[in-house]
Amino acid sequence: MYRSLFPRDVFAEMDRLQREMQQAFDLSPTIRGFGRNGFPALNIGGTPQTVEIYAFAPGVDPSSLEVNLERGLLTIAGTRANALPQGDAKAAVHINERFEGAFRRVLTLPDDADPDAVQAKYRDGVLHITVQRRASSQPRRITVQ
Amino acid sequence: MNSTTSPRVAESKELARKEGARYSDAALTPPVDVIEDSGGITLFADLPGVSREKLGLHVASDTLTIEAESDLAVPEGLESSHTEVGLARFRRVFTLSKELDTAAISAELKQGVLKLRIPKAEHAQPRRIEIQAT
Repeated sequence: MYRSLFPRDVFAEMDRLQREMQQAFDLSPTIRGFGRNGFPALNIGGTPQTVEIYAFAPGVDPSSLEVNLERGLLTIAGTRANALPQGDAKAAVHINERFEGAFRRVLTLPDDADPDAVQAKYRDGVLHITVQRRASSQPRRITVQ
Repeated sequence: MNSTTSPRVAESKELARKEGARYSDAALTPPVDVIEDSGGITLFADLPGVSREKLGLHVASDTLTIEAESDLAVPEGLESSHTEVGLARFRRVFTLSKELDTAAISAELKQGVLKLRIPKAEHAQPRRIEIQAT
């Protein structure tokens, strides 16, 4: 469990409160944890035919992006180059909030995801992965004889 | 009866419209890097999903406003199950200082990253002051 270094720190307390609220409202916590506030941020949704994953990874070289699917685990990994000037003694960094370096996020796909039908597109800094669901699990009408 | 209820209805509609406006005003604060060197300031902002048409940069007197909207091609009937980016709007305001030349700002948007270069005005460029020996 998270423990604050400064127990009386009101901001840390608020942080903890927010985290606990989030956990309380997350209806389907998985064994792989919550994984919020990571890079890239993920939005996940589904249609009856597909599972749609949006990874918000702006400024990543598409060739460094790696999407792997193995035994129902989808891994998004890559590296984001450092934009800050290197070795310029006269440059001052006033704000540095953007993520840099290597990243990796793993998520569990639903059982009916088809590992052979995955499509990944990178556009405007958003990686959009579409995984088809297996045809056998799609809703169908059974004719009564 | 009608005359007494209609203002109230109008009022609630007005309220709903205001609520809607408040919701549409909500925006995410994009993370930025700001680097200053002797020639000016470089700003990088993460705006994932933003295309050139949906990016707005405004400079008014000494404030710089970055406003953007991301447009994702979402398939029909998408049911969201996990959301970390809950809004499609970005907005951030910066106060500029006097020595920055706002007329010469250049902007570049590439793969969801905005790069802004704000040069310093000519008179504010660093110069070495000669010391005269007497």
